[in-house]
Amino acid sequence: MKIKILRSQTNTHQEYTLPDGETTLLKALTHIKATQDATLTFSAGCRASVCGTCAVRVNGREKLSCAYKVQDGDIIEPLQYHPVLRDLKVDKQPAKKTLSTSTAWLHSFQEAAQNHADEKMSERQTDCILCDSCYSACPVLAVNPDFIGPFALTRAYRYSVDKREENVKGIIDNIQSNGVWDCTLCGECTAVCPKGIDPKMDITMLRSTSVQQGYEDPSFSQMSFGTPDFGGGGFGF
Amino acid sequence: MVDILVIGSGGAGLSAALTAKQEGASVLVVGKSYPTTSQTSMAQGGMNAALGNVEEDHIASHIADTIKSAHGICDENMVRKMCADGPQVIEWLEQLGVPFSRLDNGQSGISSVAQRQMGGASAKRACYAQDYTGLKILHTLYDNCLKEGIDFLEEHYLLNLITHEGTIKGATFLDIRSGEVVKIDAKSVVIATGGFGALYHGYTTNAYGSTGDGIAAVLRAGGAVSDMEFIQFHPTALKHSSLLISEAARGEGGYLLNSDGERFVDEIKPRDIVARAIFEQFEAGQEVFLDVRHLGETKLMELLPQEVELCRLHEGVNPVTELVPIKPVAHYTMGGIDVDDVLEVNGIKGCFAVGECSNAKIHGANRLGGNSLLEITAFGKFAGENAYKHAMFAKSTPADDTQLQKDKAHIEKIYSQECSINFYEERDKLGKLFYDQVGIVRENDKLEHALHEVITMQVALSKMGIEDQATTHNQNLIEFLEFSNALLLAPTVISSAIARDESRGAHFKRGFECEDDERFQKHIVLQWNKDAQ
Ligand SMILES: Cc1cc2nc3c(=O)[nH]c(=O)nc-3n(C[C@H](O)[C@H](O)[C@H](O)COP(=O)(O)OP(=O)(O)OC[C@H]3O[C@@H](n4cnc5c(N)ncnc54)[C@H](O)[C@@H]3O)c2cc1C
Ligand code: SF4
Ligand code: SF4
Ligand code: FES
Repeated sequence: MKIKILRSQTNTHQEYTLPDGETTLLKALTHIKATQDATLTFSAGCRASVCGTCAVRVNGREKLSCAYKVQDGDIIEPLQYHPVLRDLKVDKQPAKKTLSTSTAWLHSFQEAAQNHADEKMSERQTDCILCDSCYSACPVLAVNPDFIGPFALTRAYRYSVDKREENVKGIIDNIQSNGVWDCTLCGECTAVCPKGIDPKMDITMLRSTSVQQGYEDPSFSQMSFGTPDFGGGGFGF
Repeated sequence: MVDILVIGSGGAGLSAALTAKQEGASVLVVGKSYPTTSQTSMAQGGMNAALGNVEEDHIASHIADTIKSAHGICDENMVRKMCADGPQVIEWLEQLGVPFSRLDNGQSGISSVAQRQMGGASAKRACYAQDYTGLKILHTLYDNCLKEGIDFLEEHYLLNLITHEGTIKGATFLDIRSGEVVKIDAKSVVIATGGFGALYHGYTTNAYGSTGDGIAAVLRAGGAVSDMEFIQFHPTALKHSSLLISEAARGEGGYLLNSDGERFVDEIKPRDIVARAIFEQFEAGQEVFLDVRHLGETKLMELLPQEVELCRLHEGVNPVTELVPIKPVAHYTMGGIDVDDVLEVNGIKGCFAVGECSNAKIHGANRLGGNSLLEITAFGKFAGENAYKHAMFAKSTPADDTQLQKDKAHIEKIYSQECSINFYEERDKLGKLFYDQVGIVRENDKLEHALHEVITMQVALSKMGIEDQATTHNQNLIEFLEFSNALLLAPTVISSAIARDESRGAHFKRGFECEDDERFQKHIVLQWNKDAQ
């Protein structure tokens, strides 16, 4: 079995031969590093799909290396829209910034009655492992590096629906610029999330909460109705 | 100079950082990866606290269960403190926004947190968030660290602690990105670098990076380690990948069956007993399976969605309809950095150790499921407070560059080191050696043999340099350093196991099958003899 991996130093796809048999991509990468090429660089931790370290692109699609079974001819590349540090290793420090900007935390705690149904309100969202796959898939990040992006918005959503949050507006205020309205609702993030999270839906929900809080779609107010351009962009459909 | 340098950003490190920051200290958290990628993310089953939300429970019962599981070698005062802190810590996490699983009991606050049974517990005591308990606690702690504006330095690998006259001064790190060795000065240091289960490479549920780096650094700095022989084997890891199937699977009613389809042990007994029972089945030529089919798809997907997915992916079986092949593997290291009752490292003033790297004498010879998440949060907070107290009175003169220069030279030397033996192969060998010879059932000649092999490996280390000569982002170098640390800790585990001619908790030795309180109801503490260096 042969796979190709994009090497950063040469900017070419290097071919590696793997022993036959079913294996996860992470095992394959570890095997290559241990036995064929110690310079191949990638990140990994738990090997159980839960630490979020090992996301890469396989044939143009985001995958967790530890959860993907390698196939002959696969082409492996680093995540998009992240500075490539070396080979498959990218810079994930921007997450700290987007999470901070979106103030994705409880702003003001209040004790609340909670039941099983309340738990379900944000169960999926709190499954997020910060693997960055959704960022790599999001077309907005190609044009606007300041976009807060899918996982930070999903996280903001998580706290905004928490009954323990007394100050939902506090969260909503901080996701207006480069936030909920900049998303094109293309759904790419949802399609690649290994945890079955639906950031697009979360963003839609945050938009409606924003409206309830008195915000409006900025592209609406800025839009010139004199031109026939109703498609795409910030309109959001 | 920062007041408090926290090394390691798992649940223990983040709890310490948050608490110290809230006390008013300046805090810097440094880790070799990113905070949210820490092994804490892997904890599935739950976190103990005697809330009594599901059935009657008392802090006293939690204490009693923990002491019983420890087999006579815990510090009962420390156990009391941790268990008594349990409900408050859940309250703290609740206020931070941890999304605990809930009961439909019409209650508010922590009274509605759901609880499940874990092995060795006399009540349904483990609070959980589906089967992502560690992940959800870790991420919520991280969100709160960002909220508090705590500084983080990612991708910095701890090399050594800096001490002066027995007092901590800071630490040296390899900046993995730039390849530079840097020194960070601090008034207090909290080590929270996790356990050393990765010594059992290939035969452990642990993440790759759980190589005991912090413990090794403490040894080199003159601190002590203790109880290194006590390594917990988790009964139910997937047979081929060693990935964990949480104890909750048995707590919720899963069975263990052998190839003949027979049950052979009470599944909710403590881990050491269940692991040994499985090992005996293996010796008798049987395979062992986890059977959760009778729980039904709805319940499984509700309670153990992660495990169901892991079984499908890594074992090719569907637990809803099929048996899951399992084996016991190394899971948790009870021993570690020897600390006193304020978590200060034995031998280094102002340096605190907390979490799986530390031996706060809570777990003794065997840890109860759910007690580690409690320990890292309860004692993480405690370490943060104590580090702050020390920092208030500590001198702020930084250490000189001696250690920094030494470490720079050491790294340079590794680059030029001969590379005729592949250390990755040796890492595999060490893992297998430990599983076979320092495993669930031990024997003195096997242990002696293992010690001999490890010493041979240590001697050969000088021929195991790195092939990758890049200065920046050199993962090959990091893995070499991790392996060196594992090799440094390996003899401490084996020698303690040899010294302990008895069976107690997770340490079981053939020929010495009973507990021998008279000779061995004590901790085996090891420290490097500085004069001999
Ligand atoms: C699969 C699995 C399931 C588990 N389930 C449960 C459970 O249900 N309940 C329970 O109570 N316990 C459970 N445990 C145990 C528990 O998760 C761990 O004991 C606990 O999370 C350890 O936390 P920690 O903060 O001490 O260390 P870790 O989370 O391991 O964090 C260590 C930190 O130190 C950093 N570090 C390490 N070396 C260096 C270095 N050289 N330089 C810089 N930084 C470094 C790492 O990057 C990391 O940030 C489980 C463990 C595993 C593996
Ligand atoms: S939302 Fe999904 S894809 Fe995005 S970081 Fe979280 S887990 Fe990864
Ligand atoms: S739906 Fe929005 S956030 Fe998701 S990928 Fe598309 S533009 Fe990005
Ligand atoms: S290694 Fe942790 S998610 Fe893949």
